[in-house]
Amino acid sequence: MPLALLVICLTFTTSSPPGPALTARVPASLGGAGQDVGRSCILVSIAGKNVMLDCGMHMGYNDDRRFPDFSYITQNGRLTDFLDCVIISHFHLDHCGALPYFSEMVGYDGPIYMTHPTKAICPILLEDYRKITVDKKGETNFFTSQMIKDCMKKVVAVHLHQTVQVDEELEIKAYYAGHVLGAAMFQIKVGCESVVYTGDYNMTPDRHLGAAWIDKCRPDLLITESTYATTIRDSKRCRERDFLKKVHETVERGGKVLIPVFALGRAQELCILLETFWERMNLKAPIYFSTGLTEKANHYYKLFITWTNQKIRKTFVQRNMFEFKHIKAFDRAFADNPGPMVVFATPGMLHAGQSLQIFRKWAGNEKNMVIMPGYCVQGTVGHKILSGQRKLEMEGRQILEVKMQVEYMSFSAHADAKGIMQLIRQAEPRNVLLVHGEAKKMEFLKQKIEQEFHVNCYMPANGETTTIFTNPSIPVDISLGLLKRETAIDAKKPKLMHGTLIMKDNSFRLVSPEQALKELGLAEHQLRFTCRVHIQDPRKEHETVLRVYNHLKGVLKDYSVQHLPDGSITVESILIQATAHLEDQGTKVLLVSWTYQDEELGSYLTSLLKKGLPQSTS
Amino acid sequence: MLDCGLDMTSTLNFLPLPLVQSPRLSKLPGLVLKDGSTFLDKELKECSGHVFVDSVPEFCLPETELLDLSTVDVILISNYHCMMALPYITEYTGFTGTVYATEPTVQIGRLLMEELVNSIERVPKAQSASMWKNKEVQRLLPAPLKDAVEVSMWRKCYTMPEVNAALSKIQLVGYSQKIELFGAVQVTPLSSGYALGSSNWIIQSHYEKVSYVSGSSLLTTHPQPMDQASLKNSDVLILTGLTQIPTANPDGMVGEFCSNLAMTVRNGGNVLVPCYPSGVIYDLLECLYQYIDSAGLSNVPFYFISPVANSSLEFSQIFAEWLCHNKQTKVYLPEPPFPHAELIQTNKLKHYPSIHGDFSNDFKQPCVIFTGHPSLRFGDVVHFMELWGKSSLNTVIFTEPDFSYLDALAPYQPLAMKCVYCPIDTRLNFIQVSKLLKEVQPLHVVCPEQYTQPPPSQSHRTDLMIDCQPPPMSYRRAEVLTLPYKRRYEKIEIMPELADSLVPLEIKPGISLATVSAMLHTKDNKHVLQLPPKPPQPPTSKKRKRVSDDVPECKPLKPLLSGSIPVDQFVQTLEKHGFSDVKVEDTAKGHIVLLQEAETLIQIEEDSTHIICDNDEPLRVKLRDLVLKFLQKF
Repeated sequence: MPLALLVICLTFTTSSPPGPALTARVPASLGGAGQDVGRSCILVSIAGKNVMLDCGMHMGYNDDRRFPDFSYITQNGRLTDFLDCVIISHFHLDHCGALPYFSEMVGYDGPIYMTHPTKAICPILLEDYRKITVDKKGETNFFTSQMIKDCMKKVVAVHLHQTVQVDEELEIKAYYAGHVLGAAMFQIKVGCESVVYTGDYNMTPDRHLGAAWIDKCRPDLLITESTYATTIRDSKRCRERDFLKKVHETVERGGKVLIPVFALGRAQELCILLETFWERMNLKAPIYFSTGLTEKANHYYKLFITWTNQKIRKTFVQRNMFEFKHIKAFDRAFADNPGPMVVFATPGMLHAGQSLQIFRKWAGNEKNMVIMPGYCVQGTVGHKILSGQRKLEMEGRQILEVKMQVEYMSFSAHADAKGIMQLIRQAEPRNVLLVHGEAKKMEFLKQKIEQEFHVNCYMPANGETTTIFTNPSIPVDISLGLLKRETAIDAKKPKLMHGTLIMKDNSFRLVSPEQALKELGLAEHQLRFTCRVHIQDPRKEHETVLRVYNHLKGVLKDYSVQHLPDGSITVESILIQATAHLEDQGTKVLLVSWTYQDEELGSYLTSLLKKGLPQSTS
Repeated sequence: MLDCGLDMTSTLNFLPLPLVQSPRLSKLPGLVLKDGSTFLDKELKECSGHVFVDSVPEFCLPETELLDLSTVDVILISNYHCMMALPYITEYTGFTGTVYATEPTVQIGRLLMEELVNSIERVPKAQSASMWKNKEVQRLLPAPLKDAVEVSMWRKCYTMPEVNAALSKIQLVGYSQKIELFGAVQVTPLSSGYALGSSNWIIQSHYEKVSYVSGSSLLTTHPQPMDQASLKNSDVLILTGLTQIPTANPDGMVGEFCSNLAMTVRNGGNVLVPCYPSGVIYDLLECLYQYIDSAGLSNVPFYFISPVANSSLEFSQIFAEWLCHNKQTKVYLPEPPFPHAELIQTNKLKHYPSIHGDFSNDFKQPCVIFTGHPSLRFGDVVHFMELWGKSSLNTVIFTEPDFSYLDALAPYQPLAMKCVYCPIDTRLNFIQVSKLLKEVQPLHVVCPEQYTQPPPSQSHRTDLMIDCQPPPMSYRRAEVLTLPYKRRYEKIEIMPELADSLVPLEIKPGISLATVSAMLHTKDNKHVLQLPPKPPQPPTSKKRKRVSDDVPECKPLKPLLSGSIPVDQFVQTLEKHGFSDVKVEDTAKGHIVLLQEAETLIQIEEDSTHIICDNDEPLRVKLRDLVLKFLQKF
């Protein structure tokens, strides 16, 4: 049974002001990767855009289970029509290994985005892998060199922090992820809805790379890897010391050390580590680096030095850290040389190639040691020996007995639980989705995340769809006149404002009521009230007016109360006039007149005046 | 603030700073004024009819008097040549804002500054002339000193600690990165195609877009090509940094450069190329890489002498992402993007921090030397001018367009050495500008005054000016310009809860209205509308309170009204609500509805309604609500 592609479907619903344009639900779907470290491939739908995140293969399989089942994405119909773009986070094959199969054999012609170093290195690793699979193992039905080239032609390289406009609505942005040279996290954004996909990342700087960083971009969803979901690793320094001690001891007693690595990444970090150690301790045992790829790899590090950590970048003019003095190219014949040596050989999981060959040669001697510096997926020799197996069945039913020491050191640059929490704190997502990890460990982390951040956390299995509902606010245009009127006094303080929202052809504009009337060609209808208030006051009219004025002035301290030359009083825009009562000279009639817009104040004034005037103090 | 350039042409008024004691320069006669007075003879020296200040060279700063630089929030840098005044601004003006620039701009800018500081500090000069700057004295001097502007503002070079402090204030950005400034505007650097990391800037809000185009090139040299598409739809386009030599074709100049170089060397002479340590030199080295073998120059040593020569060559190789497509592809192989790596490997190109040390051992003639500074006033170039100036076998080739080569040579006269002027300026010329403007179609163009008229020396060349519709608005030093643009809208966000509560009404086909009464929250220049808080419970009438407590607190917000009231229906409604004695009178403009018993009348006109009643609040409120039923609210 082929492994299913994990499809995660995010549905964003929009809650909106009623109006034809916004009432529609905007489905967005996200598709993707599951509770498995083997291979990453996630499909995201966001606001009607479909984006595929990574296109990895499973290193533990040799049949069609190694590639994701792309028929999951569209049952019928072309991938190019369905997908708006593909994003590759970094060059590890479990993230990009299925790319030529996907684009050239299944068929996809849309854009594929990755960073410059990834674009440079990815085809080399693909070609290397293809050679092992096709040329050495003789498999057919695999992608060809030409397919890798054609596939890479579809790649668009992106800069860190560059906002790439995929189309009018869809934009993506890369952030530094550490992990390996050129690794990036990606933000995918449509309107005000966004998703961040971390790929693999590393929250602590190591000897050659910096730490992942993201700004407080508050995505609706953060999709994070969780390889080391439950581990809180001891300090890097301890691990390094441990590593050096083990290598040193083995070499001292005349043993050989095999370090299976991937050509790019950990290999460079460990080389820097050993190089400085050899220099300091003045050691003589040879260190070898399996040739071909790795030599080339060091070149990439030199040319893309801006992607390494601060220290290396600062000093590269004086001393390029990737020019090694003690580390030499390996020749196959050296494996049989007597005496101690240290060999870095690819691939890292002992599943094929040179590292496996050397392993077979050295496995029988208990003086030797193999150090596994990274994670091994199920099914590989690396995984088997790490889980304690000491009798391995090799090709042709041959049994290989492992007597050499087997050590595991977690140097692979993934974020541990602490790092994952730190990233969540940095980005402040509204929802978190865990991928690229093992179910049990993810469950633990999920609980921790939900407890600490009070956000929903999901961990879909392969082939499962997760739907997340968002509740975005609605951006509208506000006329500057209205905004200035409202913020003129104290911009910082929240205040009540009144305006009219005009909805027309999908555009939303908030304007002052006056402007709305004007734009629509409507006249204002003025509603005015005039109330007669009778006041017992035998004095002359102008004296009454003066008393009313003083009274109002005393009560309405925050209002503008004015006594006009024509004998009337205004309170804001409310007009008060006094006339004598036609029949009763001892009564004065106050005419209080206001418009509907002053309703509260007008109403208040009439009731205030009705209570009569206070006894004059004069 | 857009850019922070330093006017270094002021240094042309100074005597060169020789690395080793120069008898010729030290023997120059002091200036004798027309009236015979000699009080300036220590400060000013004469050389072949020109007068020079004998002092540490000084630079002309950007205008700092016009505004308080502590009020500048942000400085945008467009390329490494346009940041040379940064230490003066960030360290001495109270500036506390942020500077934005790309990584190559900062790294190479640092190299240029380092070279500048180094070449001035290594030749300590006891004398610092200031007497001549006195306005009264300056008036008496011969041109061009007499006409030098703002001499009181000229400053000595900054120091490395100041450079480091200034550079630490820079925030690195990448092309097409959107940077939010205070929530109010967004700035974005775009590739300008002129130099490594050189940028044009977009400054935009949701409604307005200003493009700042400075130092751009459409030619394919080493940098990433210019991003023109993103400049479209600008309301205002500020255009500056055009080519200084509009009549010279850079390709032709490179050809001339090569042939002059080859000719001199073949005749046994040396070639001196005064240049900056980064930029055009990469292109020249690349041309020579292709040229030397075919021209039979394989055995001629090329020297690049600068305190930052090594750094510059190394840095050029690591900015793959900022290079043109061809060079990027090389990095993917992986190979160094620039062929000077190979020139160095094969020992054809050698670089040295200065003429002292290793260089003096390796130095072989005839040779080609690239070194700074292009003004010929300081740096290692001064030494070679003195050394080679007397022989007509040698040639100095000027490639940098920033300084007039005649002025640069003035203190070395009389000179036997050949001088060739091949200015290579890849920035936009006027034909390219017209094409660009037609392409991107800005509403308004703003540019320096010089670009709106032909150059003074070629006043008939009306093709050497910016020609666009509407005509560009021009500015001069220290002039304030008002842009013809009025802002009308801003973005505001309506929270979903509030949006749900709105009741839209279709007023006309396709146009709906909803009145919004909401709390406006403004933070960091972002505006958000939320549901207003629930009104507090109205106090029950039994609770007596002080009068003033009842005064309505905030200004009541009542909508505007629109529509008209049909009298017949209104009367019917009144009757339905129990008014039995309604009487209607016609007036000139409308009607008067009388409620006789209540002594109340209601004037109804097309656009107004007036309710006149005794102080009977319940009645008034009832009538008000009946009237409102006929009207639309806004």
